[in-house]
Amino acid sequence: MKKYWWKFLGAALLLFSVIFGFLGETPRREILNETIRMVYFHVPMWFAMMALMVSSLVYSVQYLKKGNIRDDIYASQFAAVSIVFGILGFLTGMLWGNYTWGDWLPKDPKLIAVEVGLLIYAAYFILRGSFDDEQRRARLSGIYNIFAFASFMPLVWILPRLTDSLHPGNGGNPAFGSDMDAKMRMIFYPAVLGWILIGTWIASLRIRIKLINETINE
Amino acid sequence: MKEIKNLIWKDIKLELRQQNTINTMVLFMVSTLFLCYISFMLRTNTLDALTWNTLFWIILLFSAVNSAGNSFRKETSGRHLYYYQLAGPGAIILAKIIFNFLLLLVLSLLGFGLYLALLGNHVADYGVYLIALVLGSLGFSSSLTLLAGIASKTDNASGVLAVLSLPILLPLINMLIKLSKNAMDGLEFSASYDEIMTIFGIDLIVIALSYLLFPYLWKS
Repeated sequence: MKKYWWKFLGAALLLFSVIFGFLGETPRREILNETIRMVYFHVPMWFAMMALMVSSLVYSVQYLKKGNIRDDIYASQFAAVSIVFGILGFLTGMLWGNYTWGDWLPKDPKLIAVEVGLLIYAAYFILRGSFDDEQRRARLSGIYNIFAFASFMPLVWILPRLTDSLHPGNGGNPAFGSDMDAKMRMIFYPAVLGWILIGTWIASLRIRIKLINETINE
Repeated sequence: MKEIKNLIWKDIKLELRQQNTINTMVLFMVSTLFLCYISFMLRTNTLDALTWNTLFWIILLFSAVNSAGNSFRKETSGRHLYYYQLAGPGAIILAKIIFNFLLLLVLSLLGFGLYLALLGNHVADYGVYLIALVLGSLGFSSSLTLLAGIASKTDNASGVLAVLSLPILLPLINMLIKLSKNAMDGLEFSASYDEIMTIFGIDLIVIALSYLLFPYLWKS
């Protein structure tokens, strides 16, 4: 029981945020109107993606330090799930953008940044696929993972702030979250935490399958 | 310091002795430029300033990927083992980055001269454009050297290097195009200051990371 509590917490938070995300009261904002509810689904995707990418990075660093192959499996599976969350964030963003900005894919630096980020992590898996020896694959893809993370972060966090962006908090737009009132925050933060926990859960299942496969193959 | 200097000298001498690699890169650039000349200038003579600039950076990017890809393939792995025993990994990667930087700088200056001659001249402020070339060469060489090291361990080194490096170089090239556009429009230096500092920051991060990560790379 001790080990499972966070899974229940994740599921409960998610259930809470979905139910109250659709039923709860939201403030009237121009243009946004009811689509403001998308903030409960679109933004947590990015939080979950970032959290999983950071976990992947931490395990890559761990691998390079200690050389334990388990750390590499952790790093790769966290990265795989983070890509899924990136794609989901992208799709929900497209849907939202269609109703607020009037375009499925507006020209926006954050969108470009995320497209590049997905390319970078896709390249990570291409790199993993091109080695047979597992220690060598682990070491080289770990190096690339760290390198990729370090070049992806300025792309999402710094460059969009230098140019005009449609997203809040960039290019003279009001800071992130200023459209939300206190009631919305009560749903938004649990949603973020819930999605992060669910992402970790999915990743942990994938890791277990991988580890079992490894043992069977040996 | 002395190690780095000797390693750079070694690379330069090697390059001058086996001239085929440097000739390949120069020829690659010249033929690409000529291809652009034929397709844009001879037929239609329409190449607006924005396309002109972007085209140049794309040519430079692919030349850089091609040339940096050779940096770990020129010598046999036995020889690499020998160097690793003589010098520390930090010295080796810094020497390679500096050597690649010099090589790319020569290539990009040469390419820039030819580009001006063949495809017309849209540049108002050569000083800032040259800064963009120098910072670009530094950025390309620093990211590509480590990535070439990673890619050289795979079977399909050139393909893997392109896949690994293009998305990573994209933010850099985006900033470089912006900076060189400023130079073409002849904006004041203060207008480009932000871009210069950002590119320089990216370059420094990448060099620091290469320095930290290379010790793990050369073990394999």
